[in-house]
Amino acid sequence: MTIKATLRLAVAALVRNKARSLLTMLGIVIGVAAVIVTVAIGVGARTSVQQSINSLGSNLIVVQPGSVTQVGARSGFGGASTLTPEDGLAIAKLPGVAAVSPLATLRIQVVAGNNNWQTSVSGVAPTYTFIRSWPLASGRFFNENDLASAAKVAVLGESVVEQLFPNGDSPVGQTIIIKGAPFTVIGTLAPLGQSGMGQDQDDTVLIPYTSAMQRLTGLTTVNALLVSAASADQIDPVTASVTALLEQRHLIVPPQTDDFQVRNLQSIAQTASQTGAIMELLLAGVAAVSLVVGGIGIMNIMLVSVTERTREIGLRMAVGARAATILRQFLAESVVLATIGGLIGIVAGAIGTLAVSLLTQWPTAIPPQWILASVAFSAMVGVFFGYYPARQAAQLNPIEALRFE
Amino acid sequence: MAAVVEVRDLRMEYAMGSDTVHALRGVNLTVEPGEFVAVMGPSGSGKSTFMHIVGLLDTPTEGTYRFEGAEVSGLSADERADIRGRRLGFVFQAYNLLPRTTALENVELPMIYAGTSEAQRAAIALEKLDMVGIAQLANHHPNQMSGGQQQRVAIARALVNDPGLILADEPTGALDTKSSQDVMRIFSRLNEEDGMTIMLVTHEPDVAAYGRRIVTFRDGLITGDAINERRAA
Repeated sequence: MTIKATLRLAVAALVRNKARSLLTMLGIVIGVAAVIVTVAIGVGARTSVQQSINSLGSNLIVVQPGSVTQVGARSGFGGASTLTPEDGLAIAKLPGVAAVSPLATLRIQVVAGNNNWQTSVSGVAPTYTFIRSWPLASGRFFNENDLASAAKVAVLGESVVEQLFPNGDSPVGQTIIIKGAPFTVIGTLAPLGQSGMGQDQDDTVLIPYTSAMQRLTGLTTVNALLVSAASADQIDPVTASVTALLEQRHLIVPPQTDDFQVRNLQSIAQTASQTGAIMELLLAGVAAVSLVVGGIGIMNIMLVSVTERTREIGLRMAVGARAATILRQFLAESVVLATIGGLIGIVAGAIGTLAVSLLTQWPTAIPPQWILASVAFSAMVGVFFGYYPARQAAQLNPIEALRFE
Repeated sequence: MAAVVEVRDLRMEYAMGSDTVHALRGVNLTVEPGEFVAVMGPSGSGKSTFMHIVGLLDTPTEGTYRFEGAEVSGLSADERADIRGRRLGFVFQAYNLLPRTTALENVELPMIYAGTSEAQRAAIALEKLDMVGIAQLANHHPNQMSGGQQQRVAIARALVNDPGLILADEPTGALDTKSSQDVMRIFSRLNEEDGMTIMLVTHEPDVAAYGRRIVTFRDGLITGDAINERRAA
């Protein structure tokens, strides 16, 4: 018999027992739906973590000063003041480096007219917006000329604009006072929102790092150097070459420890995706368990069905069905049940996912490979748990089956 | 033309607890095409076992069985299933129709296993339902039909693959007198008008009386084999 004919026999038998077929499917439906919903929430969470990591900047490498030991006390990272803008210029010449910006940060009171606000004022290079992938909302960013002349120009973050210019006037062209010096606002930044660690990234004022060093910090060193690698696969080589270059520039020879530290976001991203992978593995386990339970339900009902339909099986054998044909029919019944149950489960899971994301505002995503996997796994459950009852049916003795009351 | 059924020294034994039951003790019988044989005998006489062997539902312990000229006692289960589907038609006491399935679909069932095309199936099934006089019930389910009507559906089902032999096992056992007579008249007509070879097991003498030859079983042996004088004429 052809597969099509076998499937039609199976479907006809299932339709003859609609209520029982639907109840049998229920286990698989619920199992698959639960899997889809949990996976959708898990993947959604992972995607949003990944996005917030990416929002820190594309292919970002951060160079921070290392720790110093003074009279036996170790200061922790950032304690040493060793990084200079000249280090940055040297790094910019390395292969695989797209852009470099020093970062000289200071928390300080900023005044505009009658309003004042304490915020972080950061001295950076014109490349900073590129490194952080941070677009402007209005005006312009400072350029190389502003940098060379240590111009008193500033670009404001969204939160600072709200605090200093609450009446909604455009801040561009206005003057703000930072540590007694008037700075002209030449642009504003597009809102970036909270960072992955919950900081308000828009609560910032950006000025040329030359201005920051000369007028605010009075230091020749900076807090950090931000390096952007040309592409994701350049991150590791650039990290290594930056380390080598700085060791050379800072005259560090073993066994001396580096007075700086080079870190990239890849390690954070890796941790996040490892966590996500473990979560997906756990979910796959839940999926397997719930589908196995559903499969046992199918086996249970199919065994009952074989007993109930003993006479039918005997008759089918008497009118010419081979044992293998009977086996295939019952196997097809359980596979059809499981597969249809899986498909209904996917629809139910999609609806459930939609409901969850509407109610909780959690980000969700149903990856297509999970849909395929659910259907495939359901069909496999049908084969696995349908085989034993089908074999029971095929091994019946037709004479005894026909006599069965 | 070869005999439809030719059994020689058929023996059947099976274990029942510690005892060995000798269901058949050496049965010889030849059935020619066009015969209508009624098999009689009390329960335990071996007539049902004999029917199962003739119907290729069971294999004998010893002896030979030639069906339509070919030796069949050594065939595999699949080969026997194929012969059952293509050359034998069964009618049972309990009708054995599929529930919640129309008469037409019930009659089509053997053709599905024989691989008949879908278009042909419906046409043949309808033709056979017409032969037993219930074409108008083609779309009825078994629970909408009387016992006599259900048994006629079962007869139509036995006819669809133009079998060489129809085996009926107590076909009137569950029917009232009127329905029994209707069903037996159908068997007589199939035999007389269409030349169908029929073997029918019963323990009711008035049902056996429709047969043209009456074979009697007792204790695993054939004890009587006679032409039914009233019908032979």
